[in-house]
Amino acid sequence: MERDGPIAVVLLNRPKQLNALSTELMDELASALKELDADEEIRAIVIGGSERAFAAGADIDELSRATPIDLLYQRRMENWEVIRNLWTPLIAAVSGYCLGGGCELALACDIVIASETAQLGQPETNLGIIPGAGGTQRWARVAGKAVAMDVILSGRFLSAREALAAGLVSRVVAKEAWLDEAKRVARAIAAKGPVGIRLAKDAVDRAYESPLALGLEYERRALYLAFASEDAKEGLNAFLEKRPAQFRGR
Amino acid sequence: MSEVESASPTPSPPTQEAGPVLTSRAGGVLTITLNRPDKLNAFNADLHKGLTAALREARADDIRAVVITGAGRGFCVGQDLTEFRDAPDDIADRLRTSYHPNILAIRSLEKPVIAAVNGAAAGAGLSLACACDVRIAADSATFVPAFINIGLIPDSGGSFFIHRLLGNARAFEWMASGRRLTAARAHAWGLVNEVVDDEELSSRVAEVAATFASLPTRGIGMTKRLFDGVGSRTLEEQLELEAQLQSAATKTADFREGVAAFLEKRDPGFTGS
Repeated sequence: MERDGPIAVVLLNRPKQLNALSTELMDELASALKELDADEEIRAIVIGGSERAFAAGADIDELSRATPIDLLYQRRMENWEVIRNLWTPLIAAVSGYCLGGGCELALACDIVIASETAQLGQPETNLGIIPGAGGTQRWARVAGKAVAMDVILSGRFLSAREALAAGLVSRVVAKEAWLDEAKRVARAIAAKGPVGIRLAKDAVDRAYESPLALGLEYERRALYLAFASEDAKEGLNAFLEKRPAQFRGR
Repeated sequence: MSEVESASPTPSPPTQEAGPVLTSRAGGVLTITLNRPDKLNAFNADLHKGLTAALREARADDIRAVVITGAGRGFCVGQDLTEFRDAPDDIADRLRTSYHPNILAIRSLEKPVIAAVNGAAAGAGLSLACACDVRIAADSATFVPAFINIGLIPDSGGSFFIHRLLGNARAFEWMASGRRLTAARAHAWGLVNEVVDDEELSSRVAEVAATFASLPTRGIGMTKRLFDGVGSRTLEEQLELEAQLQSAATKTADFREGVAAFLEKRDPGFTGS
């Protein structure tokens, strides 16, 4: 975990296991993200692995030895809920293998930047189980039934370009740029009014939980709230005065 | 003259008793020789496996140029039809599991791959030659579609590479007619970069490969990647990719060496990293 001005970069570090998401890794990740989320100075967080792999799945070794009650008591979903409840934008820098739980982690992020070598998939059915960290729900919502069923049932991987076309990923970059591009996006977000950014993220997230009418109302109230901020006044005035805005997060 | 590792003596001719694919190294150049000369290096299961292993060997960082050539009279005449007759499993599966990985491996090798076309290149052997970055042909080498003559389509990337190399008009007429092309005609069409006398092929290829191996390999690999997808990218996408790759290129040791050598008015010594 590294802070770099208004952004933070969190890198998964189990290279020999291609960053397989063990309980220990997930606990550490959740705790790092909570800490960063509580720091108002951090305006965007990048999560990544390495050029070779973002994360290749859950720790199979751990899973094969676990009983269902073990899994319950490890309170695995709590770590995932921490990620879901962040109010700081989370950008996944995906390169190489992004599979199973690793793919679910990327899908839980707000923005996914993929390198040309990225391979996204949910091979859980190869092991006789299913994606259990949001994969079935998020693939279906984001990529649609056809792609979701193909990927989850057949176990095939999507290339970066296919993932872009399917809506899972919003930019594809050269493999060398896998982390730089995500940091670039993070800095661009960090330069904007944080009140507006946090409310915008929340509003987009709400689209998945609400019928349209309710979602539109939610968005409108969030807009009014944004208008109440000093940042909004500053932003609008700066535009009219043709000068860069100085946002203070108020 | 640059203080490059000197060009190797040309590799000695391999023998049939050895495996179906042979490799030999000279400096930073790996030469892969298809070795079923009495079958004109036709593809069978063992040849595919041997080629896969050789291409994996080519991934080593100290290999900076790759040559693919054939033992004996021919370069490669494609699928061994006796194997085809004896084990006619679904051709699609055969292509996916045996042919495609090697073709993809040649394109994903981030270093120059030279086809030294010593003789007939036919069918999937033609596709193999066209999958390489550069083709240098012996004067007596021939280029034969072969697919259409038994009712098949150009596979193993042939439809992709030949179209890209020749343009639609020539590619279609040639592949649909099945006619044989001389090396001279192939050169005139741009299918082949250079034609040399038969006896000169080995030494000329060794020279070209050694030159490539002395240049900044990372830059060459990135150039290869830029050109490979250019047909499917817009100008804006290509410019963006150039920006990303150039940024990476400036972080290489060879960039620093190139600039330093220029400023110090000396020949550069590139390490390929």
